[in-house]
Amino acid sequence: MNQISEIKTLADLKKKQEEVRARITLRDRAESPDSLVQVKVAMATCGIASGAKEVMEYFVEELDKRCIDAVVTQTGCMGYCFAEPTVEVTLPGKEPVVFGNVDPEKADEIIECYIKDGELVDGIIPQNYNTI
Amino acid sequence: MHLLVCAGTGCHSSESDLVYEMLRDEIERKGLDKEVQIIRTGCFGFCEKGPIVKILPDNTFYTQVKPTDAKEIIDEHLIKGRSVHRLLYTDPETMEHVLDSKHMGFYKKQLRIALRNCGTIDPENIDESIGRNAYQALGKVLTEYSPQQTIDIIKRSGLRGRGGAGFPTGLKWEITRKNDADQKYVVCNADEGDPGAFMDRSILEGDPHSVLEAMAICGYCIGATKGLVYIRAEYPLAIKRLKIAIAQARDYGLLGENILGTGFSFDIGLKYGAGAFVCGEETALIHSMEGKRGEPSNKPPFPAQSGYLGKPTNVNNVETFANVPVIILKGTDWFSAIGTEKSKGTKVFALAGKINNVGLIEVPMGITLREIIYEIGGGIKDGKKFKAVQTGGPSGGCLTEKHLDTRIDYESLTAAGSMMGSGGMIVLDEDDCMVSVAKFFLGFIVEESCGKCAPCRIGNKRLHEILTRITEGNGTQGDIEKLRNLANVIKDTSLCGLGQTSPNPVLSTLDNFMDEYMEHVYDKKCRSGKCSSLLYYVISADDCTGCMACKRVCPTHAINGERRGVHWINQEICIKCGACMDKCQFDAISLLNDYPREMADVISN
Repeated sequence: MNQISEIKTLADLKKKQEEVRARITLRDRAESPDSLVQVKVAMATCGIASGAKEVMEYFVEELDKRCIDAVVTQTGCMGYCFAEPTVEVTLPGKEPVVFGNVDPEKADEIIECYIKDGELVDGIIPQNYNTI
Repeated sequence: MHLLVCAGTGCHSSESDLVYEMLRDEIERKGLDKEVQIIRTGCFGFCEKGPIVKILPDNTFYTQVKPTDAKEIIDEHLIKGRSVHRLLYTDPETMEHVLDSKHMGFYKKQLRIALRNCGTIDPENIDESIGRNAYQALGKVLTEYSPQQTIDIIKRSGLRGRGGAGFPTGLKWEITRKNDADQKYVVCNADEGDPGAFMDRSILEGDPHSVLEAMAICGYCIGATKGLVYIRAEYPLAIKRLKIAIAQARDYGLLGENILGTGFSFDIGLKYGAGAFVCGEETALIHSMEGKRGEPSNKPPFPAQSGYLGKPTNVNNVETFANVPVIILKGTDWFSAIGTEKSKGTKVFALAGKINNVGLIEVPMGITLREIIYEIGGGIKDGKKFKAVQTGGPSGGCLTEKHLDTRIDYESLTAAGSMMGSGGMIVLDEDDCMVSVAKFFLGFIVEESCGKCAPCRIGNKRLHEILTRITEGNGTQGDIEKLRNLANVIKDTSLCGLGQTSPNPVLSTLDNFMDEYMEHVYDKKCRSGKCSSLLYYVISADDCTGCMACKRVCPTHAINGERRGVHWINQEICIKCGACMDKCQFDAISLLNDYPREMADVISN
């Protein structure tokens, strides 16, 4: 526990629950991953060298701050090393879209335009393969 | 990304704490500690394949993880995003790796209510429990309902005691409420005594706050300000986590004076038991808490009238309490929609014995035994044939093939000659001898009987003697009838639940496996080969070379025969030590469970 403060009323308890809920929502969400926004950050050597770690942290923190139910995971090299850091975003019921050259600024744009409103933004890398 | 490492007793004993440390160190070394959370949780239930590591959000379920696997999991799964296939659970039928734990047969049919947080939260951190609704039900009850309204909710839900007898929980609370006194007590019975049952321990280890919260709700309903958990000292991990949970709840003001500003005060303490089976009986439990001998006393007076220190006391089992907060939050309609007409909700069973997926499961009442054994349990070990399942531990009975499609609830199990008990489920296969099984449970009862009343103290001892005689090949005509008569007398005349149910294993095996008893007594034969006195070492005349090796090692000089001539064993002197079989270089000696008639003729000639 970070700080111990007494819970004096039911409202306090509800507030506390909101506070701590973020820590464990991932575990509730794991039951239904298909209904959530999924963000995959390519975190191979090439990605990390070009700043994927900061991008991932940015996504984790900002999605949380902006109250968007999303699952942020890291993944391996997607093969687009020319455009690192790359991020794959899957909106519920849609095909995955890969964005290249993502920095925190671009990440902000992706959250605001694509994740919130479904509008595509620049920097999409056409998928050049199918996965099995 | 969250890494959940099981820290229940089962996994803990196979070094899960070391797995946790190695994973944590590796995460730190790779600088992933910001993105990845690693949490020690309660039991996942799949104890057969422990230690378990579950990775979210992928839902990847790694089994039998060793400390040395930590680096590979971090390198492969977390960094490269590839699952470590050799650690995945393999479906025994398709032989394929299961990537997502939702597709594991073990979890498909389960509905986890009492175990809802086990394996999901860190039991040593109250914040995680609060995030999963802990103490919300208490808050709701204190601010929205009167004690009587709360009791009505529990009554309407149909919740019944999960400790064995199945007494309606709401009714119990109401009776205790109606008895006026200056002080009343809420007692949580965590004296889990059934051999093989460990659901109460797992709940206390994995989700202690659900029990503490329910005790406070019960206190509010019956008018008690003090709660006590009676727990056996053999559960050190559960005790440790309970202590942490109580301290954290007190720090937050969720236990103690004036909870949530409502004026209601409630506090909880621990009482340790020495691990006696009889102390699961509520009057014996109360005596043990008072510092007296753990012996039951006559009812009435019931604990609801005069219990701990002579005050009205409400005793409920751990699993019963764990159901209460969910019922308050989700409503009676939700709860009573699960289960059968008279048995609502779910029941936790501890699967053990000759079954592939040994572990802890929670299933809706009304599920069939077939579903539990073949779908959740993954079938009988080594493809053997199912013979029986012993439910309810030493107080229960066995169910056989004809009961496989019975819908399980309190009534159907009693009708089938067994009982729900606390939920131990021991699966037996064709290699098990039912007379020996009955003898084993009787042996347990003989040791655990407190000795207060004669039927239980002396009667069970005599039952055990008769069974021992039968398994040693000394059974005589009339023994089977004696067993049945004596068992019925013990059942009718014993003081407490322990004695009244103790002959159940004998009676139910007599009902279902009479032919095995007959074989033991009259043919001196044990078909499963478990009763060593009924096995015969026999030398094959075709293979024996007459080397005399066996004759020299036989400690009782039971082997006869000349050098280069065929040897034979005198069964009357043979003590069945097996030394001859070990010594024989020609595989001429075999162990049979039926003495071959032609051999007997040859020898007598």
